[in-house]
Amino acid sequence: MSELLKISGLHASIDADGTPKEILRGVDLVIPPGEVHAIMGPNGCGKSTLSYVLAGREDYEVTAGSALFKGEDLLAMEPEERAAAGIFLAFQSPVELPGVNNANFLRTAVNAVRRARNAPELDAVGFLKAVRAATKNLSMADDMLKRNVNVGFSGGEKKRNEVLQMTMLQPTLAILDETDSGLDVDALRIVAEGVQNLRSPDFSALVITHHQKLLDYLGPDRVHVMAKGRIIRSGGPELAKQINEEGYAAFLKEAA
Amino acid sequence: MPAVTETREQVEKLGKSSYEWGFETDIEMDVAPKGLNEDIIRLISTRKEEPEWMLEWRLAAYRSWLKMKEPTWAKVTHPPIDYQDVHYYAAPKKKDGPKSLEEVDPELLRTYEKLGIPLHEQAMLAGVEVPEGEEARLPVAVDAVFDSVSVATTFRKTLSEAGVIFCPISEAIRDYPDLVKQYIGSVVPVADNFYAALNSAVFTDGSFVFVPKGVRCPMELSTYFRINAKNTGQFERTLIVVEDGASVSYLEGCTAPMRDENQLHAAVVELVAMEDSSIKYSTVQNWYPGDENGRGGIYNFVTKRGACRGARAKISWTQVETGSAITWKYPSCILQGEESVGEFYSVAVTNNHQQADTGTKMIHLGRNSRSTIIAKTISAGKSDSTYRGQVKIMPKASGARNFTQCDSLLIGDQCGAHTVPYIESRNMTARVEHEATTSKISEDQMFYCRQRGLSQEDAVGLIVNGFCKEVLKELPMEFAVEAQKLLQISLEGSVG
Amino acid sequence: MNAIAPITLSLEPFAARLSDVKGEDRKAAAGALARTGLPTPRVEAWHYTNLRALSGRVFADAPVGFDETAAQAALTRILPPDAAIATLPRLVLVNGRFAPTLSSTDLPEGVSCTSFVQSPDFGILASPDREGMVALNTALADDGVQIIVAPGKQAGQLVLVSLALGTDSDVSFHPRHSITLGEGASLSVIEIAASENAGAYLHNPVLTCAIAEKAHLTHVKIQQEAENAVHLATVYADIAVRAAYDSFTLGLGSVMARHEVHATMHGNHAAVHVNGAQLLAASQVGDITSVIAHAAPDCISRQTVRNVLSDHSRAVFQGKVLVERVAQKTDGYQMNQALLLSPSAEINAKPELEIYADDVKCSHGATVGALDDDQLFYLRSRGIPDDQARQMLVEAFLVEAVDLVEDEMLRTVLHQTLATALSQRVGAAEKTA
Repeated sequence: MSELLKISGLHASIDADGTPKEILRGVDLVIPPGEVHAIMGPNGCGKSTLSYVLAGREDYEVTAGSALFKGEDLLAMEPEERAAAGIFLAFQSPVELPGVNNANFLRTAVNAVRRARNAPELDAVGFLKAVRAATKNLSMADDMLKRNVNVGFSGGEKKRNEVLQMTMLQPTLAILDETDSGLDVDALRIVAEGVQNLRSPDFSALVITHHQKLLDYLGPDRVHVMAKGRIIRSGGPELAKQINEEGYAAFLKEAA
Repeated sequence: MPAVTETREQVEKLGKSSYEWGFETDIEMDVAPKGLNEDIIRLISTRKEEPEWMLEWRLAAYRSWLKMKEPTWAKVTHPPIDYQDVHYYAAPKKKDGPKSLEEVDPELLRTYEKLGIPLHEQAMLAGVEVPEGEEARLPVAVDAVFDSVSVATTFRKTLSEAGVIFCPISEAIRDYPDLVKQYIGSVVPVADNFYAALNSAVFTDGSFVFVPKGVRCPMELSTYFRINAKNTGQFERTLIVVEDGASVSYLEGCTAPMRDENQLHAAVVELVAMEDSSIKYSTVQNWYPGDENGRGGIYNFVTKRGACRGARAKISWTQVETGSAITWKYPSCILQGEESVGEFYSVAVTNNHQQADTGTKMIHLGRNSRSTIIAKTISAGKSDSTYRGQVKIMPKASGARNFTQCDSLLIGDQCGAHTVPYIESRNMTARVEHEATTSKISEDQMFYCRQRGLSQEDAVGLIVNGFCKEVLKELPMEFAVEAQKLLQISLEGSVG
Repeated sequence: MNAIAPITLSLEPFAARLSDVKGEDRKAAAGALARTGLPTPRVEAWHYTNLRALSGRVFADAPVGFDETAAQAALTRILPPDAAIATLPRLVLVNGRFAPTLSSTDLPEGVSCTSFVQSPDFGILASPDREGMVALNTALADDGVQIIVAPGKQAGQLVLVSLALGTDSDVSFHPRHSITLGEGASLSVIEIAASENAGAYLHNPVLTCAIAEKAHLTHVKIQQEAENAVHLATVYADIAVRAAYDSFTLGLGSVMARHEVHATMHGNHAAVHVNGAQLLAASQVGDITSVIAHAAPDCISRQTVRNVLSDHSRAVFQGKVLVERVAQKTDGYQMNQALLLSPSAEINAKPELEIYADDVKCSHGATVGALDDDQLFYLRSRGIPDDQARQMLVEAFLVEAVDLVEDEMLRTVLHQTLATALSQRVGAAEKTA
């Protein structure tokens, strides 16, 4: 199969004080298996909206177009069904869950997904072994598992926690929504390595970013420029370098 | 001894509260005998040349009032009020009514001169333009209510050209009976509560505002209330109706002279806001608060309520309450319209023996209705101040939102500050948030200001104004300056 | 504002028994009640909880004897032998009367326990003009336990079970308990109100706690009365210098329940925690009312109450923090939160600050709302099904309050009770769905 994700003519809007405001205005995008794609674009161009729509956030209404994931209608699935199918969204602002223990949360999620994928559930020991290995790889302190999900975490800790979840849930498509924002160089490297470790013919990633740095680590196969709710240009890694040097102005003019 | 305590004691030695507005105007008065009965109500109605239906309405209110008891749930105490020992009608003697400024009693004009605010210049009262060379202000139309009678309303011509009616309510009852009849008592029914029933029976004047469809009132409207005669109660009634898409900003100021006995003030204000309209109602209340021993002062028992009847209607109450011996006042919003908005911004300052029990009610009936409550309470001297507020979400108010923030500041260790919110939600999609804090001015803040060269009084003024900023910024500019000054004066003699 | 409501509620449900009370204290209490009646919503403290549910019924005395085997079986269910709690010393009341045969005889050293009938003492609450339900308790108190911990004794944990057993008609019991801690003593009490095969009874306990200097009382209560029962409890705690009253109440049972606490800090540097959680469904009404009084300087009070409301249930929270003139340097914090899970659930909250001292740090907050959409989406995006995600969030919401209990063992008991209650609720919901 040459298409893991195929988005065609996708339009989506959000309710803004009673009137729908269109944010995605015909997105076309194909991600084949095993590839890393990057989306770049100015603020407000619809990058985060695209990630939310793909993960099934209910605030957005899809008004036209389609998204097929592994040949199935992604837009018809519930958020948890998408997760089970293999979509993972690393949130730009990971949500805090006061009172929910991090380890317990992770185990519940892992086993829910495994159940849905007809894989045997992990028992406490098996889970602990797997999660320890993962936290070690990500240079995370053990006590992060004992704390409540994202509560009182620093920005870097939250992002690492997202990568930990990604590692444990074994997605086929990870959408990283500005996972690199607010990270120092070391943290960025750790996050990038976390993604690199997952790279295989069965793992693709859609990386939303403003920065060249993360892309340097990941070496994307394709780079897309998004503006005003559409992909206006696609190319190889050189496109990212060009944006880094020249900014978006030239592309926007071209698109207009 | 901490610096703060020291100053407090120094200031206490001065021992004199500075109520700048405590003068009495010597004008010939037409006063009805003391006491309340159906004959007095008939007299009021006759003097006001009212139609028969108005008299009947008053009598119905009186008969309900007879069966009612004073509310006791507020955190205020006062000796029993003898409602038969009050003059229910007092008016400056009529001399065929002033047709121009020259004909207005010079004593009255001197009163306004002394009041200073918000009548700015007497010229304004007469509708004279601002003299050249002086900074032009936003014009403000003023209705001045002196004891029981509205004495002057300015800018009526400009307003009527815009289609806005702004006149004494007594006049409106005569000239626009259908409008008045349709709306009066529709937000605060005659038997709503003890004081509202009393007001409905005996109200003597007040303002009436009507802004027709689509009209933005071209200037701020203002009513100035003053109690002057001895042993009189003041019972004004205000009715503001704003039709679809219209808007108005209305200011209300109050003062009274210093007197040993307590005077009764029981006003009713009703606001009606239709679809897409907005009403901004601002009050600076500076009735005489009584002396430093708690003698005298106004009993301010007021019912203010607005109804957002149409979708997206907005009512915003802003009040700065520094006066009165007792304040009992809960400007409220009934949010019937979808996406209607209610706001309540309040500063209440009490000093000496003042008691204030004030707050708001936000009743959410409409879908996605929103309300915001910001209440700042400052207590000094031996005073007690209570925020009492209710947020009620009814089952149909899906998506309703309320945010409430109440902060209390205590100055001195002989006062009290209390916060009593009632939060009632019957809709799972509604979200209500309430926060409240109580604190004092910290020694650190005081020291910091003083180290930078401020006197203690100035430092307190600065800090208190900062504390109230969120509310003061809601006031129209002209009032904001006045309010800041009032805050400082109200707290004089209690700094600490 | 002027809603017409009767000023008093008839004493009819208890009239016969009240006319027959003996002893000065009881007579005074009955006299006071005769003047005031039972409180109605016109009384501010009962604004949101209406005792009308009691009227039209006649509550008889609870039967004195009970079926020993049934009681033992019930206790085995409430305190499962394999649970740590079963190893603790226990005091058991059946239908309001102390049951020595079910209670431990070997109490920890320094702890003494007598039953109320042995030596009736109404203590600090003898004054009849107390709250209506306390006056009723004073007039009709059948029995209760009086626990005394000697000065300096660290008495560990103690279980106090109030079991309603086989009472199918309208009966009421009014136990009177007291806990006295000597200077520097400590005790953790876990109070469980439960039932076995019982109907529409009224349980009206009053507990007074006298906590001497530097003493520490932990009081955890689990209220899981029968579904048609009415539970109206009042607790008074007097806290001395550097002493602490640390309490938590978990409200699960009863058709109508009220847990009313009056905690007064009389000594400097005293501390009070009045925390709680309520998980209500069907047409339950659950009321947590408290008056935390700072009557001395430098004291700390903390209150966190969380409510989860399904179906037609209604929660009431009334929490007053009173800071008296002398109580400078008070540090008070209060938070009430409610999750509404159903369109017809209702919350009435009145967090109240009454402050007469200026050098204080007091704050309170209240929030009402549904489950957070962001959190729910986050969980679902990680593959957790909607139902399970909701339950996780509800449990987490309540657990945050439970985790304020410092005693680890009591905390564990609360966690387990809560988890069981939640899974039963979900099970019940699935059955009806």
